[in-house]
Formats: sequence, C-alpha cells, structure tokens
Amino acid sequence: MIDWQSTLWVLLAGGLMATSCALIGCWLLLRRMALLGDAISHAVLPGIVLAFWLTGSRATLPMLLGAGVAGLLSTSIIQWLSQRRFVQSDAAIGITFTALFALGVLLISRYSGQVDLDLDCVLYGEIAYVPWDLWIIGDTVLGPRAIWTLSGVLLITILFTTGLYKELLVSTFDPVYAQAAGIPTRAMYHLLMAVVALVVVASFEVVGAILVLAFLVVPPATALLISRRLPMMILMSVVFGWLAVLLGYIAAHLLNVSITGSMATASGILFALTLLATGLRAGKGRPAISAQRIER
Amino acid sequence: MFLVLVGLTLLGATSGVLGAFALLRRKALLSDTFAHATLPGVCLAYLLGGKQMGWLLAGAFISSLLSVGWVSVITHRTRLKEDAALALTLSVFFGFGMVLLTGIQRWGDGYQSGLDRFLFGQAAALLPHEVGYLATACLLILLVVGALFKEFTLMCFDRDYALAIGLPVRWLDALLMGLIALMVVLGLQSAGALLMVALMITPAAAARLCTHRLSLMIWLAALFGMLSAAGGVLMSALYGRLPTGPVMVLIASALFAVAFLFRYTVRGERRWQRP
Repeated sequence: MIDWQSTLWVLLAGGLMATSCALIGCWLLLRRMALLGDAISHAVLPGIVLAFWLTGSRATLPMLLGAGVAGLLSTSIIQWLSQRRFVQSDAAIGITFTALFALGVLLISRYSGQVDLDLDCVLYGEIAYVPWDLWIIGDTVLGPRAIWTLSGVLLITILFTTGLYKELLVSTFDPVYAQAAGIPTRAMYHLLMAVVALVVVASFEVVGAILVLAFLVVPPATALLISRRLPMMILMSVVFGWLAVLLGYIAAHLLNVSITGSMATASGILFALTLLATGLRAGKGRPAISAQRIER
Repeated sequence: MFLVLVGLTLLGATSGVLGAFALLRRKALLSDTFAHATLPGVCLAYLLGGKQMGWLLAGAFISSLLSVGWVSVITHRTRLKEDAALALTLSVFFGFGMVLLTGIQRWGDGYQSGLDRFLFGQAAALLPHEVGYLATACLLILLVVGALFKEFTLMCFDRDYALAIGLPVRWLDALLMGLIALMVVLGLQSAGALLMVALMITPAAAARLCTHRLSLMIWLAALFGMLSAAGGVLMSALYGRLPTGPVMVLIASALFAVAFLFRYTVRGERRWQRP
C-alpha cells in the first residue's frame, strides 16, 4: 500500500532541491569550483552545532543562519588562503573544510550527552520525514515545512541566476573582460558563494550534508556531456536532476534502502549511461562550452 | 595505549611524507575522493562475507582504486575537468555506499555497529596485532617512497624532462595514487576516512610554508604528521571523551596556522622561490 500524498511531498521536496542545485551547480562546474561545493557542505557542520547549542532548539531558522555563516566563513577562508603564493588552492580547500568539519564532530561528541543532535541526521538527512514535519500557524496547516524552505531557496536561486545572468556569464567565461567592463568580479564570487551556501544549507536537512554535492555536480556534469550551449546545459541539468530524484525514489522503494543514497546513485548511473551513449572518445575534440573559456 | 601511540605516530609520519608528494603533484584532494569511495567497498566486502578487518579494508582499497580509475576515465575522455571528476566520483560512490549501508541494516541480521565507525575512527579500539600490520604497511610505504625518491621528485617538478629521459611517468603516477589510496585505507580504522584527508594535506601544506627545499619539506611534513597524531592520541587518552580523529585534525590545522603566521608575518612575502 503506497501513501500517495506523502510520496508526492517527498518527490516534490527532492525535485525542488534538485532544481536549485542544478541551477547553481552549472556555474560552479563551469568555474571549476565543483570541490568548493564539497567544502561548503562539510564546513557547515560547526555552524549547525553552535546554532543548536546556543538556542537549544532544533528550530529551522537559527540552524540555517548558523550553517550559512559557517559556509560563507569557509569560502572566505579558502579564498583568502589561496591568494597566497605558497598555498595551493586545492590545499586551501582541503585544510579549511577538514578543520571546520573536525571542529563540528568534536563539538557534537563533546556535548552529545546534553544535546539531542544526531550526527547521522546532519550527515545523511532523512527525506522520508519531509511529509511529517508540518508548518502550522494557529490552526491552519500550511503543508510540510521543508517544501516552503526549498521553494523559497529555489525562488532566490532563480532570481539570482536569471537576474544576473549576463554578469555571471561574462565573469565566468572571460574574467579579464568582465573586470574591464566594470563588473565587480570579486563581489560576484562572494554572491555566488552565498547562494551556494544557501542552497547547500536548505538541502542538507533533506538529503544530508554530503549528498548535496551529488546534486550540485552530477546533473550539470551529465548535461555538459551532451550540450553545446549554456542555456541548454542548464535546462538539461534540471531535467537530469529530476530524473535522478524519480528513479532513485523508485529504486529505494523497491529495494528498501536509503532514499537519498539511491538518488545519488541514480544520478551517477545516468551520468555513466550518458557517457557511454555519447561515446567515450567523442568528447575530446568537439566544440565545447569549456573551450570558450580562458585557460588560467 | 603505548602501542597505539607508536602505531599512529608512524601513520602520521607516513601520511605526511606521502602527502607532500601528493600536494606537489597537485593530487591532494584525491585523498578526499578516496576517503568517500571506501564506504561502498567496506559495505560490499561485509555483504560478501565476513566482518574481519583485513577483508573489509581490502574491499575499501579495491573500491578506492576503482574510483581513481573512474576519475581518470572522466578527465581523459570528456570535457569535464579534474575537480568536477573528483566531486562527481566521491558523491556517487558515497551515495552508493549509503545504499549498501542501509541495505545491510534493513535486509540482514540487523548488524550495523562498526561499519559507520570507519567514518570517524576509533584509535583506542586498535588491537595489538592490528597495530603491527599498520606499522608494517607504513614502513613498506616509506620504503617504496625512499627507493623512488628521485623519480617521484622529478615527476612532480619536471614532468617533461622525466618523460624525455625515459621514466615510466604514467606508472609512477599510478603508483603514487595507489600509495595514497593505501594510506587512506590504513587510516580508516584509527583516524577515520573523512579525517585522513586532513592528515594527508595539512601537514604537507604547513611544511610547504616553512621551507623551499624538498628534502627539508618532507622531513617537516613527517614531523608535523607525527606531532598531530601523537597529540591526538595523548589528548583523547587524557580527556576521556575526546575523539582521536578530530583532535588530530585540529592539531594539524593549528600547526598550519602557526606556519602560516610565521611565513606571512615574521618573514617577508617575496624572499623565497619555489622549492
């Protein structure tokens, strides 16, 4: 017996999350900053724990704030470190996120007696609980809380990526020209990072901190394999994100396993199939989105 | 206790040395991918039979090797760059690992404890003979790195020259990656997968800030690795409930911060050249 209503809520939550991740993930991928998504998703942990510790509740807003601050802090540290001549950018990423993550784990294990915050819940999320965590004002039930959060974040993401499309495009593909044309590239970087942090933070409640990365990177990467133009790539990555959510949910239901893990696996399988279908050798010489970029 | 201290100190030193080469070869974040990619291997090994540590670690090692193969397929055959390949591989492998982990919990006899321990490690739970294996493996890695020191150095700094004089650069590269994978797997039990990444990267990066000579950098990386590992073990022994892995990482990060301050405030920014 399948509970259709809660199934639909779960799928909607997954789809909203996948859409925001795909929209912002395309830009991360094109800027070669895919691993920054990984860094942010680990680095939010101490922010969550501290917010929880300070307020003593699992209310959504303080946790989102704490996580957002920690995420932005981590990208600023990474940026600041990698400007130095003797710190490689990959080392800067590795040092920053492991330090923050270790701090988070330490805080959790130190206060695990006093606070009821489950590490598993933060790391893995539980999309199956989405329909049961309702947002209630007075007597009116407004539906699952996560749906509202995810819709809000999606709205912000859409506003950001369409409103600043030209600026993003130019500062991604031709940073030198962007600066000459008076586009504040550094501000664009920080703004992009803020939106990434927002998306990661809103999604980790649903899919967990680590698997956000799968939705940030895999659908855009799959889309990059088959598209030559950027609008097409963005559209296709949203499609692949939704497909991964649907197929993953069905597989998880049939096999009785983790829904989010199965969605990530589904996105990986979609990538592998696309890679096989486009031909392993075909990718090299084709006119590419990445070929228009200036090599650093 | 003493045995654990010795074993982990050796582990820290080895990961420092190997991390230095990984850093210079710009493969530092490969350890991150390995750390996540071990999960499905451990779970599959468990499903295929046996809770024996050696068997589980063998599974972890094989799935790390598969993950690096997958990364190199993506970077060589598609337009995707290496960072995308690493991020894609680690998230998909980890997701598959979660599927298997929940499968183990829900299909089978309900056994689950112990497998997720690999994420964060438990140094105190190491048995004496396990420390023996750990130490042997670390010494072997150090021996290989020592024997191929010149080749690795050349490969990191002047790949074209190394190719020109006929060194098997691709094989050396593969060997280095294999050693990094082995290192991450060795640290699974004690430091935990996610925190082995820090033990590979942070001491080496700190050492890079302190010197411009390769041999000195490697000795310093080993020293920093040893200090963080030993400090982690001692602190978690002294203050009951501190987990070893995170403490090690935080000590390594503090060492990096000191090296960073030393480099950019005490000394001038421009004086030193590349090693």
